[in-house]
Amino acid sequence: MSARFLRNVIVKGLALFLLLDIALVAVNPAGLGRLSLYNHIFPGRLRFPFGEDPTQSYNLSLFNLDAMFASHDIAAGPKPASEYRVLVIGDSSTWGILLQPGQTLAGQLDSAGLNLCGKTVRVYNLGYPTISLTKDLMVLDYAMRYQPDLVIWPLTLEAFPFDSQLTSPIVANNAARVDALIVHYGLPFDLRDPALVRPTFWNQTLIGQRRSLADLFRLQMYGVLWAATGIDQSYPVDYEHAQTDLVSDVAYHGMQPPTLDESKLAFSVLEAGLLVAGKTPVLLVNEPILVSTGKNSALRYNFYYPRWAYDQWRQMMNEKAANQDWDYLDLWNLVPADQFTNSAIHLTPVGETRMTGSVEQTISQQSCP
Amino acid sequence: MTLAYILVSFVIAAVLGVAVRERGRLSVLLAISALAVYALQPALPVRGLDFWLPTLTLGLTVLAWILTTPRQERSWRANWPAAAILVGIVLLLGLTRYLGISTPLTASNPPQVQMILVVLAVVAAAGFFLWRFSKPGRLILSAAFVFVILIFILLKVPSLSEWASQVLRGWNGQSTLLASPLDLRWLGFSYIAFRLLHTLRDRQSGRLPSVSLSEYLVYVIFFPALSAGPIDRIERFVGDLRQPLSLNSDDYGEAGTRFVLGLFKKFVIADTLGLVAMNATTATQVRTAGWAWVLLYAYAFQIYFDFSGYTDIAIGLGRLLGIKLPENFNAPYLKPNLTLFWNNWHMTLTQWFRAYFFNPVTRALRSSKRKFSISGIVFITQMGTMVLIGLWHGVTWNFVAWGVWHGLGLFVHNRWSVWTKGRFAVLPINWQKVLNVGGGLLTFHFVAIGWVFFALPSLSVSGQFLQTLAGLK
Repeated sequence: MSARFLRNVIVKGLALFLLLDIALVAVNPAGLGRLSLYNHIFPGRLRFPFGEDPTQSYNLSLFNLDAMFASHDIAAGPKPASEYRVLVIGDSSTWGILLQPGQTLAGQLDSAGLNLCGKTVRVYNLGYPTISLTKDLMVLDYAMRYQPDLVIWPLTLEAFPFDSQLTSPIVANNAARVDALIVHYGLPFDLRDPALVRPTFWNQTLIGQRRSLADLFRLQMYGVLWAATGIDQSYPVDYEHAQTDLVSDVAYHGMQPPTLDESKLAFSVLEAGLLVAGKTPVLLVNEPILVSTGKNSALRYNFYYPRWAYDQWRQMMNEKAANQDWDYLDLWNLVPADQFTNSAIHLTPVGETRMTGSVEQTISQQSCP
Repeated sequence: MTLAYILVSFVIAAVLGVAVRERGRLSVLLAISALAVYALQPALPVRGLDFWLPTLTLGLTVLAWILTTPRQERSWRANWPAAAILVGIVLLLGLTRYLGISTPLTASNPPQVQMILVVLAVVAAAGFFLWRFSKPGRLILSAAFVFVILIFILLKVPSLSEWASQVLRGWNGQSTLLASPLDLRWLGFSYIAFRLLHTLRDRQSGRLPSVSLSEYLVYVIFFPALSAGPIDRIERFVGDLRQPLSLNSDDYGEAGTRFVLGLFKKFVIADTLGLVAMNATTATQVRTAGWAWVLLYAYAFQIYFDFSGYTDIAIGLGRLLGIKLPENFNAPYLKPNLTLFWNNWHMTLTQWFRAYFFNPVTRALRSSKRKFSISGIVFITQMGTMVLIGLWHGVTWNFVAWGVWHGLGLFVHNRWSVWTKGRFAVLPINWQKVLNVGGGLLTFHFVAIGWVFFALPSLSVSGQFLQTLAGLK
């Protein structure tokens, strides 16, 4: 091995690395997310990849929507003719924090053995653990390609304030998708909102994208453990239960009683969601919340909501549903306080069963096309 | 070892290889290696212990050199620079306490300098006593041999480690209720102990060459091989050390190739497999036999690529410093039988045990008054060797089971080889190839199943996982 040979190896290696780095800017590798071992070698996941402790949950959070859907059971193949396809979108309560996939609303509905319009009901959990209607809209927009027959959209007031629409990391890191939604549905967001992460030249190089590429790779690797164990989140033996003793502050996202300012709530995003669904029926569900009886419970229902704000929002929802003929189910106080886990919207399996019962009853009355 | 530490080591080795060729090479290697002993030591919850254990490594090594060196060769004039370098480094690191910032050279804030001075004085007094009054006789060398093994046992028996931690915590005024065997993680001691035992034993048998204190220290704590071997022999190592360092492009090419290959094996292949490899948690969670085998295969390849990757890194770094460290792995999973597997897996460890246990015990049994059959001798020596190798990894029933598994495997293979000798030689060449491939597959799976005992924390978890592998759950 001569010194010249060594020098050439080093120079050529560096040159190739630089070339690959720059070439990656031209070829957006985000589309790599569509390539997945899930639904081929590993079974599809029953809910989206999400997790902060991959070594225990065999799951991780990433922002690549292509990869998230490609790893999901819904992407397993074309929709069978005998299937009545129901999609459940929403936040962490839909995804099922501290619940096994079969214990969630989607899981319980799926295993209920329902038949609608002469078809077998299959229910898919497309919830993702951040609270933002824009995130739900983005997921629904993508999910429509899977030809749902019904969309169930559990929501809660916390998903409505404009100030929290774009800050969810999955929204912020999908600026191009959000741009398209803003433009297409005329949503009242500023395209230059700094919350939306715009990739720089550096971000698009191999070095800049190393984290997202590594996440794509790790998602595939964790498919082994998902297939082997069926585990997709860690279940701590002990956890901090949802607060029932509350602060006396009654402000809500900068708004003070007595009037909840409708212009600060993203009803336009909700309406855009209904437009996205088109002719596919959408069942809006006001998801159950913890109604506390602890300290300051006369002022607040729970950690999230002062009573005045939540009551007014419920009233708005009821009025809009009646006026605009929305299919709307208000389950806000369906579940007793002892059936919540670590948050005012996270239910125990028993709580989920109660919610499932109500939803099941409603969807069984769906009219067929 | 973190990637950052390895890359820093590479830069240091490359600079040393270029800049320090002859004069001062040994001293610089000693200083860097002594610093690495501290820098690599992980932080420990017992106050000050992550400083005292590296200090003890240096102290024990110095005392072992005195014990293994004939009195007439313990020249103060020739060896005081090495002692001065060590004392200087220990004091310098101690003084970083007063910088008010943490440095990457010590895991936590060093103890008070007064205390360090007291400890140095005690070590110096012990060293002076041994220097002045001891000679490398059979009794004192045996005592030192036993002493090193006792430390080893203390570190490897979880209940003893926990007890020692309680004692140390008690001295420090820390809660003894929080004591754990992990409190005594002494970086590299497994390898350091082997090197010390090798020199003590070779001094007893008169095979140990004369080496200076610097050479002895660099051999024991050579920084590329400190935490994961390989376990070199001192005469070979010092032979390289005494050669003038003249690296050519072949050396750089070889060093770079091994280093990069090692990084790839460790940080790309092994760490990726580590995401899905069998462990104490997944072993109880896996639902089907098929996936259990996948997790087991992942572990089998992870441990190979991890360990051989570290070896490649050490060999590459050594090469930059003019030291040709011995090979530790030679495609072990491709070998057609278990004996060949062990001749090619962690080779320097098996050579050590062959030299200091297997061969002496075999000789002793053959020449003993009580007559043992050949089978009996093979059984005793192979079983004993493998159980000891198991115990070297940790004194737990699982490591004993792993040793017994391999001991039995080697014994059965030995008897099978004797039985088939001559019988299989007459088979057509194609049949022999088929037998080799079949033997390779069988050997790999035998080794892989052995990893169940090695990787899992208890016999019950191992048993549970073996049932899953067999489809019995």
